Amino acid sequence: MARITAGVASSHVPLLGVAVDQNKTQDPYFKPIFDGYEWTKAWEKAEKPDVVVLVYNDHASFFDMKIVPTFAIGTAERFGICDEGWGPRPVPEVEGHADLGWHIAQSLILDDFDMTVVSEMDVDHGLTVPLSMMFGQPEAWPCKVIPLAVNVVTYPVPSGNRCWLLGEAIRRAVESYPEDLNVQIWGTGGMSHQLQGPRAGLLNAEWDNRFMDLLIGESEEARWIEHIEYLRETGSEGIEMVMWLIMRGALGKATKCLHRHYHIPCSNTAIGHLVLEPAE
Amino acid sequence: MTDQAPTQDIHAYLAEFDDIPGTRVYTAARARKGYWLNQFAMSLMKPENRERWRADEAAYLADWPMSEEQKAAVLARDYNRMLDLGGNIYFLSKVFSTDGLSFLQAVSTMTGMSVEDYSAMMNAGGRSPEGVRSIKGKC
Repeated sequence: MARITAGVASSHVPLLGVAVDQNKTQDPYFKPIFDGYEWTKAWEKAEKPDVVVLVYNDHASFFDMKIVPTFAIGTAERFGICDEGWGPRPVPEVEGHADLGWHIAQSLILDDFDMTVVSEMDVDHGLTVPLSMMFGQPEAWPCKVIPLAVNVVTYPVPSGNRCWLLGEAIRRAVESYPEDLNVQIWGTGGMSHQLQGPRAGLLNAEWDNRFMDLLIGESEEARWIEHIEYLRETGSEGIEMVMWLIMRGALGKATKCLHRHYHIPCSNTAIGHLVLEPAE
Repeated sequence: MTDQAPTQDIHAYLAEFDDIPGTRVYTAARARKGYWLNQFAMSLMKPENRERWRADEAAYLADWPMSEEQKAAVLARDYNRMLDLGGNIYFLSKVFSTDGLSFLQAVSTMTGMSVEDYSAMMNAGGRSPEGVRSIKGKC
């Protein structure tokens, strides 16, 4: 039986990808950020996940305004790397797990989640930056990836509770897959940031840290946070944090924190990172 | 047929977004208004389009069914105006990336601060939410 063994949360700021690609991770500006991922890199090497269900959002890269799926799951064998306006990142292609991807997609639909199933897709920094943060610069990514893209750009975006419930359903789906697989779920994006308008540059370390606190242990409070609170407290792009709730929902009743990291700033954004495991 | 009320009322949900200072939430209304502005910006993801755009911006825009106001805002790189006219920052990022600007450089232009001052604010912990959470609540 496949099992979800751990959850990882991480910001996915594009500048971090630039730092990796241009070998700047030890520059004074970036070093404190990357130092906070060293623990996780070693842990991932030991854990050797077979598959990561990687929850992220596309930033007007593969999806444009023609089609705006709320929840889209990637069922391809391979995913290409988007050219986001300055050429594709020099990272390996992403290998999918089509069989498990389709299994999850079918299970979710039967479980009342109306998924969009995508069989040809390129992925942007929302997905590749977390891979770089956790795995560095390998020749090939050390695990298969099932991309799960969430609309957090065009409102209304899904509610926190809906995201949490989707996480719970993903766990049920994974656990009904017959093959023994070590599956992790990653929730990416955030933390506080606002990239638009005169209020741009908003950061809120106090709120971000409270949010991280809420994902550890038995609390379910975070699933009830309304969109307006994210907007007011964490800036217009802080709403990406609803994607962390999909990860949290997939870990069951309680979680244990293995690693935690927070740093301000990276470009316009607060960096947050958690490694959690189910505590049952 | 069940008689269940929606979880949230869409009108009340949307009305709250107008109460956030200095922020244009990318609602369906903005998305509809800015459809071609955003789709134009997306077209700059292709290298051959970037080349044509750089050669003659006005001629490139002539191919897109955008309003004159939208075209003028793009040519002026007035990002706040583009947001008012339905642009979304992730789409518009294709324009400033083509100009060779980073997110930080482009975003700072919307705040009335110089890049240096904006960058210094970020390094000092960013803009505090204090006083910019709500227009009505003044908090």
